[in-house]
Amino acid sequence: MAQELVFEKHSRPVQAMVDSLLMIKRSSLHIIRNRDQLLGTFFQPIMFYLLFTSVFGGAIGLALPDGVDYKEFLMAGIIVQTLAFGSTTTAIAICNDMQKGIVDRFRSLPMSNLAVLNGHTISDLFRNSLSTLVMIVTGLAIGFRTSASFTDWLGIIGIILLFTLAFSWLSAIVGVVAKSVEGVQWLTFVIVFPLTFASTAFVPGESMTPVLRAFAENQPITHVIEAMRALILGTPIGNHGWMAVIWCLGMLAVSIPVATWLFKRKTSG
Amino acid sequence: MKNTYVIEVKGLTKSYGSNHVLKGIDLRVERGTMLALLGPNGAGKTTTVRILSTLLHYDGGSVTVEGYDVTREADKVRGVIGLTGQSAAVDELLTGRENLVMMGRLYRLTAQSAKARAQELLEDFSLVEAADRPAKTYSGGMRRRLDLAVSLIATPPVIFLDEPTTGLDPRSRLAMWAIIKKLMESGTTILLTTQYLEEADQLADKIVVIDGGKVIAEGTANELKSKVGKDRLELTFANSKALESAVQALGKRVADTNTKEFTASVTIQDINTDVTSALDALARSHVSVQSMAVHKPTLDDVFLSLTGKQKQQTTDEEDV
Ligand SMILES: Nc1ncnc2c1ncn2[C@@H]1O[C@H](COP(=O)(O)OP(=O)(O)OP(=O)(O)O)[C@@H](O)[C@H]1O
Ligand SMILES: [Mg+2]
Repeated sequence: MAQELVFEKHSRPVQAMVDSLLMIKRSSLHIIRNRDQLLGTFFQPIMFYLLFTSVFGGAIGLALPDGVDYKEFLMAGIIVQTLAFGSTTTAIAICNDMQKGIVDRFRSLPMSNLAVLNGHTISDLFRNSLSTLVMIVTGLAIGFRTSASFTDWLGIIGIILLFTLAFSWLSAIVGVVAKSVEGVQWLTFVIVFPLTFASTAFVPGESMTPVLRAFAENQPITHVIEAMRALILGTPIGNHGWMAVIWCLGMLAVSIPVATWLFKRKTSG
Repeated sequence: MKNTYVIEVKGLTKSYGSNHVLKGIDLRVERGTMLALLGPNGAGKTTTVRILSTLLHYDGGSVTVEGYDVTREADKVRGVIGLTGQSAAVDELLTGRENLVMMGRLYRLTAQSAKARAQELLEDFSLVEAADRPAKTYSGGMRRRLDLAVSLIATPPVIFLDEPTTGLDPRSRLAMWAIIKKLMESGTTILLTTQYLEEADQLADKIVVIDGGKVIAEGTANELKSKVGKDRLELTFANSKALESAVQALGKRVADTNTKEFTASVTIQDINTDVTSALDALARSHVSVQSMAVHKPTLDDVFLSLTGKQKQQTTDEEDV
């Protein structure tokens, strides 16, 4: 042991931040090295966007307001759907960690407990942003056009980040609770699938049965979609912007403490 | 005031529901020495190590590491320990080097220091060639070495090793022993668990045998061996008739016989006189010996005789 070791002396909050940054780097490397998942990140949005516009574009186009093309209408919906499904990988990553000895190792270190969860949720922002970018580029290639200004785009990006973070933290709860990766997939399927499809992601609310419409038009995902859609189409945003932000912040306010508490409880005992 | 015992466990108890896993364990490990915790499957070795490394709460007793209470001062304890758990805890998607640097940083090493130390460990553990490959491409032995290297990144003064050589081939085991011996030379205090008596015999200053959550014996390897008994001369005969005459000829010297394999064992107090006198006695009665061997008690004998009751039960269960 010839090496002279040099230790850092930071205050606790700074140290906790360093820990989180290290965990973000780790989870980001996971994302980059997980080839199959990365391919999905690229091709799933392309496939969905092309399929929906070509298969449903004609039929649904008729139900849309005059002058609105399905390519433009769909963009917000398909982005949010992809983000919602994409955030489930947070649960899978956390579940994987919990099952292996690695969480034990982290816990035997003098590091911040929350850092592991932070790493997964925040690195997922990168991956999901990449998916979104791919989708927008695909759209532009097949004729998607928008009147959104620079500030509109900032709004869109803000909503995307906030929504992804909120869903990743919800997903983190699933990841901590689930006993296996299969369990995660099942749970997210039961939660995410109905939420995204019973929304105005793919079709306008007017075309639904009254009961479904009442649900679809008032659930959080729809607010997020409608806010983003208004910014893309240049239509009035109404209360959707506020509702989207409030819902997302609400989800974060609940899911961060719950996920952290569950994580601590599950890993000590 | 630093006490001489780096690890001190008194009356440790732990239950899972009605399953009393630890029923009052006492352990003391002096600075710079190694204690081997020996016991069969389910004895409570991993449970003890997890409690000592702050991963698990316990029910009763007291546990201190470097004078810090593992419950109240868990953070301080974490700063002085390194843990190599029973299942390898390395990040499979990161390379060996990335694993080491990340853990070093989490131990509060500066980036530069972590990198330099990682390189040093990669060299010490013969992992230089594989250093920049993801750990999932490593063999079991390499992974185990990386796992140990990771827990040494910040040269903690106290190391817990939970069955570090289980599942390794004899060669990798020897390599691991060499690494552990080097670690002991550097003055690290080590608590090692194992099911291999040879390992405890080779490495440990002191051995504690636990079974069913209780300490059933402790001492140095030699002390434990002498507890089980003396050297024995094992004699094998051609048939049961020969065995019978041998037993008659040897008389009280016979400690044990096996009528299926026609063997008799004779207790030896003094190897210079007792072996020849036994053979003389046989020669006088014209009994010929097929083969013989002097048997020294091994830690295996200790293990089997101490944990015998438990062993018997488990084999019975398997038979059913
Ligand atoms: N989370 C748990 N819930 C319930 N029982 C448990 C739990 N963890 C361990 N046990 C029980 O505690 C006992 C001791 O387990 P432990 O893992 O400490 O044994 P061990 O000596 O390390 O065995 P091995 O040599 O197989 O690793 C076992 O009977 C086991 O079933
Ligand atoms: Mg064990």
